[in-house]
Amino acid sequence: MSSIQAPAARPDNAPAAASGVDRVARAFVSGKAFIPFVTCGDPDLETTEELVVAMAEAGADLVELGIPFSDPTAEGPVIQAANLRALAGGTTTDQVFQLAERVRKRTDVPLAFMTYANVPFSFGVERFARRMAEAGVDALILPDVPFEERDEFSGPCRAAGVSFVSFVAPTSHDRVRMIAREAEGFVYCVSSLGVTGARSSISTDVAAMTAQVRQANPRVPCAVGFGVSTPEQAAAMAAVSDGVIVGSAIVRLVVEHGRACVDPVAAYVRTMKAAVAAVEN
Amino acid sequence: MTKGRFGVHGGQYIPETLMNAVGELEEAYAHYKEDPEFNRELADLLNNYAGRPSRLYFAERMTEDLGGAKVYLKREDLNHTGAHKINNVLGQALLAKKMGKTRLIAETGAGQHGVATATAAALMGMECEVFMGREDTERQALNVYRMRLLGAQVHAVDEGTATLKDAVSATFREWTTRIDDTHYVLGSVMGPHPFPTIVRDFQAVISREIKQQLAEREGRLPDAVLACVGGGSNAIGAFYHFIDDPSVRLIGCEAAGRGVDGFETAATIATGRLGIFHGMKSYFCQDEHGQIAPVYSISAGLDYPGVGPEHAALHDAGRAEYVPVTDDEAVEAFEYLSRMEGIIPAIESAHAVAHARTLAPAMGKDQIMVINISGRGDKDCAAIARYRGEDLHE
Repeated sequence: MSSIQAPAARPDNAPAAASGVDRVARAFVSGKAFIPFVTCGDPDLETTEELVVAMAEAGADLVELGIPFSDPTAEGPVIQAANLRALAGGTTTDQVFQLAERVRKRTDVPLAFMTYANVPFSFGVERFARRMAEAGVDALILPDVPFEERDEFSGPCRAAGVSFVSFVAPTSHDRVRMIAREAEGFVYCVSSLGVTGARSSISTDVAAMTAQVRQANPRVPCAVGFGVSTPEQAAAMAAVSDGVIVGSAIVRLVVEHGRACVDPVAAYVRTMKAAVAAVEN
Repeated sequence: MTKGRFGVHGGQYIPETLMNAVGELEEAYAHYKEDPEFNRELADLLNNYAGRPSRLYFAERMTEDLGGAKVYLKREDLNHTGAHKINNVLGQALLAKKMGKTRLIAETGAGQHGVATATAAALMGMECEVFMGREDTERQALNVYRMRLLGAQVHAVDEGTATLKDAVSATFREWTTRIDDTHYVLGSVMGPHPFPTIVRDFQAVISREIKQQLAEREGRLPDAVLACVGGGSNAIGAFYHFIDDPSVRLIGCEAAGRGVDGFETAATIATGRLGIFHGMKSYFCQDEHGQIAPVYSISAGLDYPGVGPEHAALHDAGRAEYVPVTDDEAVEAFEYLSRMEGIIPAIESAHAVAHARTLAPAMGKDQIMVINISGRGDKDCAAIARYRGEDLHE
């Protein structure tokens, strides 16, 4: 699996052939996936657009676009601060949809929105899901919507052909089966207790968690996120899952380099993708 | 509809990491609330430690001055630690102890809930950490000292607006980090199910006592019950046993800050709309994009952009009324009750007193109004002095 090539950027005139659900599945078909996250509008939307395209070219298999929210309760300090910077810069949900449309014209990389329940709720969940499909965004990730509350969001997503992603956590235990059975797109496996952000080590038995998910639903891929920042951690997580999600480490590069972040982030994505791709399926 | 709904409101909008924790809490509560031994222990704590029942006091001078309804004050300010918060905290701390938890964490705005939690932790030999917005640690420095004195660790929260909503977010984040030995003592009738129900049940002692005390004094129900509303725990406590008595007007007084026409307000029902935040669906002060608004009130305890889901449902059903009260009106009421009855109310409770001053004269002399004085005002003296241009050195 070490010979996986980065997917080529889609030419401007290529038709948007894939539906959202198909495109998410494609992220996992050719080996272990690397999934970077960026907060839209940090430092500005033009930079975000270039970042997403560059990350896709550097080998990202799916890109998570964070729609900023004033009070992102599942995030650690790095992504919290990015959310507030993006909002202070005037970023709105409508602008993020326009950004996604522009990105979709330049690349066929699968895209997911990651935000908090009040953002789509305030927009109107059905309208939000339809707008996602129109803009070519393939999946929706809401960390404050657990299995019990999902129907309000997953129903409209399904109607629009968008995957609604479910989470499992180290504390899920007996809940994993129920969650995995109805999962769509991929299961977001939370590696550690607490909020997002780099950790020096991950002590949870992630292998046991992903094995439980696979047992309950062999068809749905598992991607591991929270706390992953180094190639070694990424490889270790990829060894026991289908993909690795990295957010805070990328956002930190964005903070450090500002508008000049595109090249350093692309280099980081290449390194991480190589580490993940080197892991045998 | 999913669990813990009040009309469309409530629910459990929290990260998966916490779902088993709230599930265990729900199960434990369902068990212990029917357990005679638990109820005996709690009653003993409430009566012999917190000083219940609290008095129902006839405010004769205020009644004469306003010239309308007979005004009674429910004296939650006389509870140990100086506010209604202790009712809920003793219940939750005892429950946490039965569940085998050894550490309590809590958010606090004005500091009253933090002090109550630190007190219960000291009493029960548990660890305690309190999260408080940086701005509030400055507004309520005395309460920070009290919490430390009681053995709690106080974390100043710098994120966001550095007030109550950020303290709540920080406490939820802390809970996701350490669940096994830790119970989150939520201080109001908000957050994910089962908190709005648990907190309401522990605060319902207020209306149970009012009903009984007034029956003894006057032989009848009140015509109106007034309470301030931030998250809404003292208000739901004061309303609960009257909800099925349609002749009793239930009036929640929200913090309008500098007025409901501007941005410097915390009056959620007057200015907010339906949303999802801090684990619940309810009304929230927010902008057109669903971003939670930075709210403002002179009262740190009411400075919150949401309201508990049961209040939202009582509003929808038209069963309770919610009125905005400005900083100016609350400060005047703070001074009024101090001079008129020799009772210094918390600035939060003063919001209810302020509305009573308008409402009582419009009611008949044969009518009865009860104001819930949810806390004492000693903590607010320095801030009110500053508001009046006087600098106190504590």
